[in-house]
Amino acid sequence: MQVTPRSESEIQVEETILSVRNLTVDLPRGMERKHAVKDVSFDLPRGKILCVIGESGSGKSVTANTVMGLLPPAITVSAGQIIFRGEDLLKASKQDLRKLRGRVVSMIFQDPLSALNPLMTVGDQVIEVMASHDEGTPASRAARAVELLDEVGLPEPQEMMHQYPFRLSGGQRQRVMIAMALALEPDILIADEPTTALDVTTQAQILDLIRDIQVRKGMSVMFITHDFGVVSEIADEVIVMEKGLIVEQASAEQVFSAPKHPYTKRLIAAVPGLKEDDSDAHKSLPAAELDDIVLSVEGLNKTYRSGGGWFSKERTVAAVQNASFVLRRGKTLGVVGESGSGKTSLGRLVIKLMESDSGKMLYRGTDIAPLKESEFRPLRPKIQMIFQDPFASLNPRSTIGHILTVGPIAQGMKREVARSKALSILEQVGLDGGTFGRYPHEFSGGQRQRIGIARALMFDPDVLVADEAVSALDVSIQAQILELLQDIQEQTHVALFFITHDLRVASQVCDEILVMHKGRIVEAGPPSQIFHAPQNAYTRQLVSAIPGAERTPQAT
Amino acid sequence: MTAALIQQNSHHWWNSRGMKRFARHRLAMMGVFMLLLLTSACIFGPYLLRYDSLYIDLPARFSAPFTGDHYLGTDPLGRDIAARLLMAGRISLLVGFFAMVLSTAIGTVIGVVAGYYGGTVNSLLMRFVDAFLAFPSIFLLLALAAFINPSPVMITIIIAVTSWMEIARIVEAEVKSLRERDFVLAGRMLGLSNVHIMFRELLPNLIGPIIVAATLTVARAILLEAYISFLGYGIQPPLPSWGNMLNGAQQYLATAPWLAIVPGIAITMAVTSFNFIGDGLRDALDARTDPA
Repeated sequence: MQVTPRSESEIQVEETILSVRNLTVDLPRGMERKHAVKDVSFDLPRGKILCVIGESGSGKSVTANTVMGLLPPAITVSAGQIIFRGEDLLKASKQDLRKLRGRVVSMIFQDPLSALNPLMTVGDQVIEVMASHDEGTPASRAARAVELLDEVGLPEPQEMMHQYPFRLSGGQRQRVMIAMALALEPDILIADEPTTALDVTTQAQILDLIRDIQVRKGMSVMFITHDFGVVSEIADEVIVMEKGLIVEQASAEQVFSAPKHPYTKRLIAAVPGLKEDDSDAHKSLPAAELDDIVLSVEGLNKTYRSGGGWFSKERTVAAVQNASFVLRRGKTLGVVGESGSGKTSLGRLVIKLMESDSGKMLYRGTDIAPLKESEFRPLRPKIQMIFQDPFASLNPRSTIGHILTVGPIAQGMKREVARSKALSILEQVGLDGGTFGRYPHEFSGGQRQRIGIARALMFDPDVLVADEAVSALDVSIQAQILELLQDIQEQTHVALFFITHDLRVASQVCDEILVMHKGRIVEAGPPSQIFHAPQNAYTRQLVSAIPGAERTPQAT
Repeated sequence: MTAALIQQNSHHWWNSRGMKRFARHRLAMMGVFMLLLLTSACIFGPYLLRYDSLYIDLPARFSAPFTGDHYLGTDPLGRDIAARLLMAGRISLLVGFFAMVLSTAIGTVIGVVAGYYGGTVNSLLMRFVDAFLAFPSIFLLLALAAFINPSPVMITIIIAVTSWMEIARIVEAEVKSLRERDFVLAGRMLGLSNVHIMFRELLPNLIGPIIVAATLTVARAILLEAYISFLGYGIQPPLPSWGNMLNGAQQYLATAPWLAIVPGIAITMAVTSFNFIGDGLRDALDARTDPA
């Protein structure tokens, strides 16, 4: 297949640059379904952004990899065509495909750290793209690399050329990837969840960059994501995928104003909206019991020290500085911040999995901060935690029954009592008693998170710390777990300390929100204040970076 | 609302994916077969053979294998080699196996404690491991053997004392990485004691690497026993062991080579079968990660 450079005479006004027709990709035997994607057809319009949205396992990444010809050997295309400029890419030879990659179709990936070569400087990697397609001379390549790094918004491009990837932040690495993808001015850019691993503010910047470049160069972008916020921010056209099938395909306007397929409606409904006001109809505690302070934190400090010895200077990171707040019975306090803000450290300090340097934590009047482990142990049952990663937080070698009952039994509960309590709590979180003898790997992420919640509830705690408890879950599962947490709070009046980086989630479940930035709490207030009338500059920046704040439905 | 489960299959360990992968590893299955053959021969063989290992058949001294009555020939004293081989096999295999059990126990405890606590405890214990590793093990064995009464029990103990370091290192490395996982933090949150976390939460996750190291340790233990018995410091006659059969065969290598070849083959079979099994287990367990 000949790839001819586009000359003036050849620029036709085509509506569609890439056409996928009836694509079917098979999975190896033994997986939950036979096809990764089945009978998928769509058109990628020229000069527009097409967003492919779906939850995990929907087949969106497989589609993107098929277009690039990057499928692993175990997964094969069994039917369909991918038509580019009149030729079927699936029938093209390896050489022809290699010529296309980078030059006509480019891809950027989700995890920029693993997508960049750790042993090559950033400049070398950009140059490598051009060198492998024999573009220009070594001198011109270096100059073009500097140009590209500047174009993607990296500071001091000349210096940046000689940096190694590990020195850059996540957002900067992603910009480098975009520079590499743009080096040969491709017609099509495929972006496979490029902002999922980034902070909200960085995500906003990268989305702006992609949109800016797309407009300037008239590129077509195929953007894969699971976040409807992102879709509403940049999409022109939208494809919704579920379990390998396209369930809806329309312009962005249509999908948001009048979604047709029930799955699309469900996905949109599951996205937490930003609260307008704070009244909560279902909190029905008598006034006297409300505002009962369970845990009061004053001036908590934690600094990490590393290095330091005879030859190197000690490096300190002030993870938490002077944190003060209260947790009330039956109420949810949220902590939002980006990575490195100290929110996870704060959670660990509250639950005393980490010792604080100074400050007070008053649990029902007793200062628990200076207590030693042996003194604190009897109090541990009252402050419990739900962890972020549903896969790593359960011991893969223990049965569910063991996971739930080992704690209470170690604290002195009788085995039979623990067992019956575990069974009733399992029911409370929505799992049946048959799970008792099974192992964690037999369950999905959402189910494991329920088990984690059940484990925390076994002690009837007063304080529940949820450390990014829903961040690793799909949007629809996330909504279920959040509902479960709210139900539990209603039933047991537990005080919930909810740590998250997702502002929408915080807005939905929290009665009050703390915003953390570089270890300090910069603002505290009810969700309506934080999102609609933020007082602090950083909070304003954070809120404005939330993707798709305008289009997605507001919660009332 | 009850959530449905993903898989309904029974999940016993013999049905697991690791086991199926092991079964497909041809060398490993060959190792299992050879080992079963050897073990059952050593257990039941002496009862089925015509001659007892102590019976002295003077007229048939030095007879070659496959000639006459004695299947594998006779030794200089007229004893049936086949019977001696199998009796010796019992001793050698038992010494090897129990040395493995003991060294695995010592190595695991030290490795888990060193890996879990980190800091000074870790440094101290690992330097201790390094110190032991710095000694050439054969010489250490011989030195110890010279001091003690060489009964099979003592031999087992000193082989174990010189073989535990490998396992300690492997376990320490695994524990260091597992220690950071959330389920360990969850254990501390639940108020579990350190001992409980080390041995009831972490240890079951280490079974894979430990079993691989253990099978390879058996192979090494059998060889070590053969070495020291061959040199005269191990199992003493009249108790037969493959090693001391080799010792007795030294001076007759030119005239009656089967005296050395037969026990040599037995040792080779035992050691290679354990090595193959260890390799197969390592390959089978290597690719087994938590399904995401």
